[in-house]
Amino acid sequence: MTNEITNIVQVVMPHFEGYVYPNEATQQPLWGILIVLYPYITGLVAGAFIMASLVRVFNVKALEPVYRLSMLTAFAFLLCAPLPLLFHLGHPERCYEVMMTPHLTSPMAIFGFVYAWYLMAVLLLELWFDYRRDFVDWSERTPGFQGLLYRLFTVGVTDVSDAAVRLDHKTGHILSIVGIPSAFLLHGYVGFIFGSIKANPWWGNVLMPIIFIMSAMVSGIALCVFNYLVLTWIRRKTVDMKCLDVMGMFLFYALVLDTAIEGLDWVHRIYSAEEGFRVIQYMAREKLFYTLSLGQVTFGTLVPLILLGLLQLVRRRVPELQRRRMYFTSASLILTGVLAMRWNVVIGGQLFSKSLRGVMGYKMEFAGMEGWFMGAVLLCLPFVILTVMVKLFLSERLPSR
Amino acid sequence: MKNAITRRSLLGRISAVVAGVVAAPVAKAAKTVTQKLLVSADAPKGYDPTKHEWVMALDANRCIGCGLCAEACKRENHVPEGPYFRTWVERYIITKPKAGSGAARGETLVDSPNGGINGYPEASVPKEEIQHSFFVPKLCNLCKRSPCTQACPVGATFDAPDGAVLIDPTYCIGCGFCIQACPYGCRFLSPVTKTAEKCTLCYHRITRGLKPACVEVCPTQARIFGDLKNAKPDEPILQFYQNNLVEALKPHLGTEPRVFYAGIDKEVR
Repeated sequence: MTNEITNIVQVVMPHFEGYVYPNEATQQPLWGILIVLYPYITGLVAGAFIMASLVRVFNVKALEPVYRLSMLTAFAFLLCAPLPLLFHLGHPERCYEVMMTPHLTSPMAIFGFVYAWYLMAVLLLELWFDYRRDFVDWSERTPGFQGLLYRLFTVGVTDVSDAAVRLDHKTGHILSIVGIPSAFLLHGYVGFIFGSIKANPWWGNVLMPIIFIMSAMVSGIALCVFNYLVLTWIRRKTVDMKCLDVMGMFLFYALVLDTAIEGLDWVHRIYSAEEGFRVIQYMAREKLFYTLSLGQVTFGTLVPLILLGLLQLVRRRVPELQRRRMYFTSASLILTGVLAMRWNVVIGGQLFSKSLRGVMGYKMEFAGMEGWFMGAVLLCLPFVILTVMVKLFLSERLPSR
Repeated sequence: MKNAITRRSLLGRISAVVAGVVAAPVAKAAKTVTQKLLVSADAPKGYDPTKHEWVMALDANRCIGCGLCAEACKRENHVPEGPYFRTWVERYIITKPKAGSGAARGETLVDSPNGGINGYPEASVPKEEIQHSFFVPKLCNLCKRSPCTQACPVGATFDAPDGAVLIDPTYCIGCGFCIQACPYGCRFLSPVTKTAEKCTLCYHRITRGLKPACVEVCPTQARIFGDLKNAKPDEPILQFYQNNLVEALKPHLGTEPRVFYAGIDKEVR
């Protein structure tokens, strides 16, 4: 009797072509939009930090006006970076185990420590040393709750003597130097999480960490350009064109490097044409046409490359307004393109069977943990946090020294 | 200046914090190690995992694709309905090449509807066009260098000393990394427990002297199970190695599967 009942259970299988292992024939890929956002947000953090380091470590004076904005951007996004990871877990309440009993051969386990190091030892400290003198100043001159908040942020260190301020600068500088390899480590590590999966020919690739670092730099700088332009527009301020041009220059060179490395990756894949190549080729041509060929390559890379490249050549002949528009368009396209790249890696890597004999379909739902809505919320959250931070730490109403 | 922070007091405080931070994971790690050695899972008291070396072998020449093994596994281990399988059976159909095409063989068609539990539909090619047709039972490959174990961020999945690759369901955080890392598609995230699941070789049975459910029900003895540490020369598992040239799946990945197959084609992966 039971046998009959078992036999009439009709399992609605999602759309797939060819043969996929039975465990792969699920409605949704195991890792959905949340895991797409995780490397995206982490990359923005690393990129924005490196952008800030150009001022601190490499002494690029022209970028001074965006230093604090970049640092705050990195901080706001870093606070949100682990959220998608946490939400996608089957048992989020056990997440502390990753830190308490890390399995040292697992790339994912080490990420917890890299993240904690970067948040606590680098970003938070550098911001604090940078802001400490202002906190003391503001706490004395701002009334009410906000003043109390600034006093709290000083954590009782109110010494603003020259020697103390010099120490702040020196420590900030050292932290910034430590921060650059840390930012590389943070995002290179995210790349390694995918690159270490030898079972998946789309992911298991030695270039993956480097590709992730490069695309992180590109997206982070683009985010700083985007934020700077939006902020000056909201405040009806004039844009510091010198600063913007220099940001545009760094963005261009980072994009050239990123394109070269990703191009190299594809050349290698095509030339070596290993076991999984046929299915990868099919994916690129059919399943990921919109996000790869259009989103990532054409609009996310080639168009900004041309726009930014043109600006490098004929900058002086382009009027300021046009330049601003071109930078803004490039930055927005790059931000979308890198998101598409993360999608292609994460979702693309799960749209074909590890039997290399079939491909799965995926239609993202609207509601639910892995839906559009949740993705949009998580993507907006860092901007909300950043707005609060800008109000608190970059406000024009704050008393200046 | 009673509370002044001196270099000594600061160093003292820092060491205390560091000691605390170091001690907690060490204590927990020690627990994990013990847990792994003792193999909690479903073994009865007194079972010593170091005295066994469980292994399964599969003879595709014998498999008739009845799917009883996949069904027995689902029932024995309460595997959820739907695309969740600890074991399944694949059907391979290799067609003849088109006349004059110059090819040695035609297409390879593979299917495993509902893991083979309900049988297979009529082949999509006429009988005369089939060159080879055979069934391949699949399960955890019991890798010596298991990528799933390597990838688990909390050490919830582990290689038991007796050869089984197990998951501690009370420890698994359900991140799915092991599922991505398994090249053979043998793991799934249970919609019921929200943890990763896989073939345990029916650990609750084998530690009590029984055979895994799939082996027990196999009518043709296509699945051969044994304990390499305690096998006598005439036991089926040793006979299997003696009588067959064997193959492992995806050997190029270096996972060194301990599950060997006899009678499979190069198309099987």
